[in-house]
Amino acid sequence: MPPAVAAPPALDTILEVTDLRTHFFTDDGALRAVDGISFAIKRGQTLALVGESGCGKSVTNYSLLRLIQSPGRIVGGRILLHSARAGDIDIAALGEKDKRLYRVRGGLVSMIFQEPMAALSPVHTVGDQIREAILLHQEVSAEEAHGIGVDMLKRVGLSGAERRFNQYPHELSGGMRQRVVIAMALVCRPELLIADEPTTALDVTIQAQILSLIKELQREIGCSVLLITHDLGVVAQMADEVAVMYLGRLVEQGPVREVLRHPLHPYTQGLLRSIPSLNVGRRLASIPGAVPSLLAIPAGCPFHPRCPQARPGLCDGGPPPLMRTVAPTRTVACVLADEGQPARS
Amino acid sequence: MNAPATHLPPSVPLLSVRGLSKHFPANARGLWAKPAGTTRAVSDVSFDLQPGETLGLVGESGSGKTTTVRCILRALAPTAGQVFFRKSDGVTVDLAALPEGALKPLRPQMQMIFQDPFSSLNPRMTVAQIVGEPLAIHGLAKGREREDRVVDILRKVGLKPELRTRYPHAFSGGQRQRIGIARALVMRPSFVVADEAVSALDVSVQAQVLNLLKDLQEEFRLTYLFVAHNLDVVRNFCDRVAVMYAGRIVEVAPTAALFADPKHPYTEALLSAVPWPDPDVKMKFDLPGEVADPNRLPPGCAFHPRCQECHARCKTQRPELRPLATATGSEGGAGRGVACHLYDPA
Repeated sequence: MPPAVAAPPALDTILEVTDLRTHFFTDDGALRAVDGISFAIKRGQTLALVGESGCGKSVTNYSLLRLIQSPGRIVGGRILLHSARAGDIDIAALGEKDKRLYRVRGGLVSMIFQEPMAALSPVHTVGDQIREAILLHQEVSAEEAHGIGVDMLKRVGLSGAERRFNQYPHELSGGMRQRVVIAMALVCRPELLIADEPTTALDVTIQAQILSLIKELQREIGCSVLLITHDLGVVAQMADEVAVMYLGRLVEQGPVREVLRHPLHPYTQGLLRSIPSLNVGRRLASIPGAVPSLLAIPAGCPFHPRCPQARPGLCDGGPPPLMRTVAPTRTVACVLADEGQPARS
Repeated sequence: MNAPATHLPPSVPLLSVRGLSKHFPANARGLWAKPAGTTRAVSDVSFDLQPGETLGLVGESGSGKTTTVRCILRALAPTAGQVFFRKSDGVTVDLAALPEGALKPLRPQMQMIFQDPFSSLNPRMTVAQIVGEPLAIHGLAKGREREDRVVDILRKVGLKPELRTRYPHAFSGGQRQRIGIARALVMRPSFVVADEAVSALDVSVQAQVLNLLKDLQEEFRLTYLFVAHNLDVVRNFCDRVAVMYAGRIVEVAPTAALFADPKHPYTEALLSAVPWPDPDVKMKFDLPGEVADPNRLPPGCAFHPRCQECHARCKTQRPELRPLATATGSEGGAGRGVACHLYDPA
């Protein structure tokens, strides 16, 4: 064993999620939308959470800010935020009315939503909304808040920031609205930014502008980013680490280059083979079938009914496979992943 | 203008669009205000579509893609231009000039697949009713025969015919899109417009539907006009691509040539904005500004305020879409057209 040189996790990790479970208790039964996921985000880095619709990406991210509403509930796990400003906070354990929860939301951790029109109030001006965020989290006067707000709108590249400050969201284009949402999210200099499909509703040119803006501001503020997306192109451009989700569980995690070049889980492999531009002139090798309902999660490995490599008797029964470390930086939840290699002891 | 009937050579286009324009009156602020100016949604669009070909129509939101296809199918009446369509009997007609009544018998030959598989299917109709309705409207088949054709097409699009008594809510997004495809193809059209037909689908399902559309194209010898904003999909699926900006086609080229060597500065910028799924191929996008407002199009080339190669001429004189001249020293000019002064013959 080499001597331990690694810093304690609190120093280089901003967020540690351990065995998080969020279930929805419906009339038809309990939906295990997020069912035991664990991951950590390093300070200053970007983790991309990838998966198709219904895999639990957004429920994960709503859980992190405790925005899950009835009939949903976090039923287990820890969400440990190692804040430089406020110390360690287990967000999952905070009471609904805990002051620290309000400090976390929008202050230490903030969020960019997919649909900028839905994230902005239609009856308040852009300025009112950004000023509200500042006044909630910073000890400043209304005039100072105005100045900070206008500065931030300039920073996100909104032309005519002073004039835009008094406009309503409907007067702005989709790209401009997303810039306003980003300005609101970053104006309190959060330590962690959660971006939930931040560019999915935008054109590819606007997407490129917004992605580079997020990168630039991330460097400037020094925050970490949890990026939720279904687009592996966006992942490749933005992320340091990537975690792939399927039916409420992580199936694979690792550094972005390694996962995209050498995917270990058959689901990740299938996603990459479905990308049209990587398969020009070839027939797309799609994943057969569709994501099953959360009410009927298959036994054994949840992916086995769609998996081309599934082995009868090995993959289709018992508890789902757990995430295992198969290389120093790689974890995967597949029983076949390291077959043929000497077992690690 | 009618071509003689019977057995035209395959080089005769199935569809020829010439100078198609659609302008809307733009209302000033206020409920009772008089129209103030014009929204030039589509201006002077021309292209040909060969039988069995897939032409991709790409561009950002507001570039006029959907208005163009709506005018071609006469869901909208074009302001100007012609749309020559070769009917199944070989006679060519101008769709833009036909009266409404004369269009109905042609409708079975040109069909549309819609973007949103949730809002494009009537939730109160069963799959059999949805897919069989066009046959009923056009009086093409009834009773047992209609049933047979519905079962047949459902099998072709990969849906179990036993499910035809169920309602759309029982199906996933990908399955619903298959229902929409079945409804379009049950009429045995020659020309199919797919308007963002896979945009709402997850990547693995999107791949399934793209494969299906390819198979059906081969089986039924379909001609697709494929409207998409996702260049990734277009690159895989289309034979040729037309790029639209502010209501005009700025470049048209075979897909491989366009992606390998875009000529128009806008095409180049658009391609550079696509995030490539490889961390070592970085995006190099640096196009400032936003898409031109069709209510206030800049004079000259509509792209000039954002163009880095803008000359004095671009600000006053609008470039026409011209075949790419080999004289400009560029190779691969065959079948390419570009609307940019950079490629004007000297």
